[in-house]
Amino acid sequence: MKTGNISRVWQNDAQRLTKGFGQENDMSTGQRRLDIEDVGGVTIAKFVDKKILDEANIQAIGNNLFALIEEDGCRKIILDFSLVEYLSSAALGKLITMDKKAKAAKSKLRLCCIRPEIYEVFEITRLNKIFDIKATQEEALEGF
Amino acid sequence: MNASSNQFEVAISSDYESGQALVERIVVAVGSAAFTSREVFGIRLAVDEAVANAIKHGNRLSPDKQVRIDFRMDERGVRIRIEDQGDGFRPEDVPDPTSDENLERPCGRGLMLMREFMTKIEYNERGNVVVLEKLHQT
Repeated sequence: MKTGNISRVWQNDAQRLTKGFGQENDMSTGQRRLDIEDVGGVTIAKFVDKKILDEANIQAIGNNLFALIEEDGCRKIILDFSLVEYLSSAALGKLITMDKKAKAAKSKLRLCCIRPEIYEVFEITRLNKIFDIKATQEEALEGF
Repeated sequence: MNASSNQFEVAISSDYESGQALVERIVVAVGSAAFTSREVFGIRLAVDEAVANAIKHGNRLSPDKQVRIDFRMDERGVRIRIEDQGDGFRPEDVPDPTSDENLERPCGRGLMLMREFMTKIEYNERGNVVVLEKLHQT
């Protein structure tokens, strides 16, 4: 059950809808990259791109992700992949860097809602051993 | 499925936008063939990795260099040859990204994913040409 949710979307000329978050839209592309929701102190970042392949997209997404930790100071973060149909190895690289930054900042990171084809990529690369991956957003929120 | 989608040769400039347009063209072509959704996913991933490598590591995003692609598809499967104008590399020098010491390195997984999802991948001796093949399961 989600209560007291504060939804926020980054988009062109978007204003911050909540206090305490410092992320601005990526101005180099002018496109939103993540939907952000706060659920009981847990930041849920949902990728809005279906394909996380293009290098420019990945750079923008990476900047958005890193800012959650480095600028917004989020300590519990769930990355929701439910809309993501494809991602490349460069995107995996950003996730690994995100994980390192989270550990350095003593933030906790969980991934959820990864479709089977993409989960297979995590398995092949053994990154399922690094990341805490849950099947659903509800599971990811449990005990976080 | 027409002849132009079954077979084409094209040279693209060394930028990601051109690379993505090419990947989409190939995905549309293989999507019309008898590949499963997992196979199409794998072909997209492999081609994307190979093209990104050619643009970024091979041609180093140089506007003076191009990436040449030869795409052929028949009843047996698909064959994609990707050539850059860089100095090449030695695939055997790329460390295993799944070993414990490399697991947290942010790069080095593209080659492995290509091998995993394609039936066969081959580099030429110089390392600036890769041929990806995905055959239909019989």
